[in-house]
Amino acid sequence: MKNLIEVQNIKKNYGKKEAVKGISFNVEEDEILGLLGPNGSGKTTTIGMLLGLLKPTSGQIFINNLKLEENRIQILEMINFISPYIELPKKLTVKQNLYVYSKLYKVKNIKERIEYLSEKLRIGELLNSITGELSSGQKNRVSLAKALVNEPKVLLLDEPTASLDPEVGDFVRTFLEDYKKEKKISILLASHNMNEVTRLCKSVLMMKNGEIIDQGKPEDLITKHGRTNLEEVFLKLSRSKSEYN
Amino acid sequence: MSITRIYGLFLRHFYLITRSFPRILDLVYWPSIQITLWGFISNFFATHTTYYNNAVGVILTCAILYDFLFRTSIGFNMLFLEEIWSRNFTNLFIAPMRIGEILTSLVITALIRSLIGLVPAILLTSPLFGISILDLGIFLFFLFLSLYIFGITLGILVSSGLLRFGPSFENIAWSTMFLLAPFGCIYYPIETLPEIFQKIAYVLPLVYIFEEARNILINQTVNIENVYYAFIWNAFYFSLSIALFYYSFNAAKNKGTLINMGE
Repeated sequence: MKNLIEVQNIKKNYGKKEAVKGISFNVEEDEILGLLGPNGSGKTTTIGMLLGLLKPTSGQIFINNLKLEENRIQILEMINFISPYIELPKKLTVKQNLYVYSKLYKVKNIKERIEYLSEKLRIGELLNSITGELSSGQKNRVSLAKALVNEPKVLLLDEPTASLDPEVGDFVRTFLEDYKKEKKISILLASHNMNEVTRLCKSVLMMKNGEIIDQGKPEDLITKHGRTNLEEVFLKLSRSKSEYN
Repeated sequence: MSITRIYGLFLRHFYLITRSFPRILDLVYWPSIQITLWGFISNFFATHTTYYNNAVGVILTCAILYDFLFRTSIGFNMLFLEEIWSRNFTNLFIAPMRIGEILTSLVITALIRSLIGLVPAILLTSPLFGISILDLGIFLFFLFLSLYIFGITLGILVSSGLLRFGPSFENIAWSTMFLLAPFGCIYYPIETLPEIFQKIAYVLPLVYIFEEARNILINQTVNIENVYYAFIWNAFYFSLSIALFYYSFNAAKNKGTLINMGE
């Protein structure tokens, strides 16, 4: 399988503070990689570097074999991102937002693309609604539609189901599984929902204090650490770093 | 440069303006109030001083020119702040937009925003005060162009600060024009300023623009040097603002401001 994301020994320092300490990983085509770690472990910084919002202090990032530093615009055309911490303009209707972002990503056949996403994400009835007046679940599906408007090869998800009720959360997870299978895209998923990670991810990276402290398939990590589920593994690794370094 | 992307970002702000009647009202309301107020002051001075004796509309014309500058600068800042307030900033910067495309789109949108406010205000002056800003003739275009470039320049400088320092820079965004206004010699000749302030005023394009507006209206002559110097200084500050914006963008990428914007 081809690697769509290749991260080679990236570091990020803020002054003397080392936020990310030389991590490397790959994400293959048609793979969802989980990025786990406690708050402040370097997940958001890593995602920020992959999106070109942060410049690594050292190291290289390749997306679809293109070096990010030299091909930022070309790479941004093929990736997208959602996070509960960023929103679409609240005063615009859903349709206007999707239209605007389709233009920014130079999408061809905008009407068809919006219709396709509306049907898949069940937002057809929301298209003329004001984005800021939607419920969390509706906003989440609209954000997902925006993130898929450019048919990304690489999707970066930061807590994609945070604050969603179980039904909507399950809908989003099922959608992501199906969409990944259909389009063979790579997904990097940062989440604190261990059930979600176990269900969606082929493998996971455990980060703490800017380092990868363990990685592997969820079931292998559970066995390796003698626990019954990924949450217990997460707690064990989060609480005692030295044991695993 | 992609016209499609520039148009896309323009649409984002166009939708925002056209969806909200209070926003349109806000754009029209302040310039109209400002012009009406200065119109009455202008009338008063015209009948009680000798300096303005031959040019009833001098103060009012300068008020209109200054308002255009103010609206352009604030308008540009507002477009940038809208992205921060709506927490859309990250979405914008992860879209495949070049800095030049973002700036071009905001420059065009800021002009349209300013014109929405300016045109009704100009239309008011004729029936209310019997004054037409068109008395400035063909040079009106050059004066407006100079003010537009300087307004955009200030907007880009402030946006650079927002990029570099985040929303805490917002207060500066509102106060820039007030800081520069005394040195701009908008309503009075440059000789009114103390000598040290005159030296500062001479390195700003504003003084040349407003001196020339008064020159045309009062003396009925054109000093092309004023227009020329205004453009020279504008070219200098505009280039500086673009360079600073790129510098701030790179600094924000190093510092992490782009992912924490809004906090």
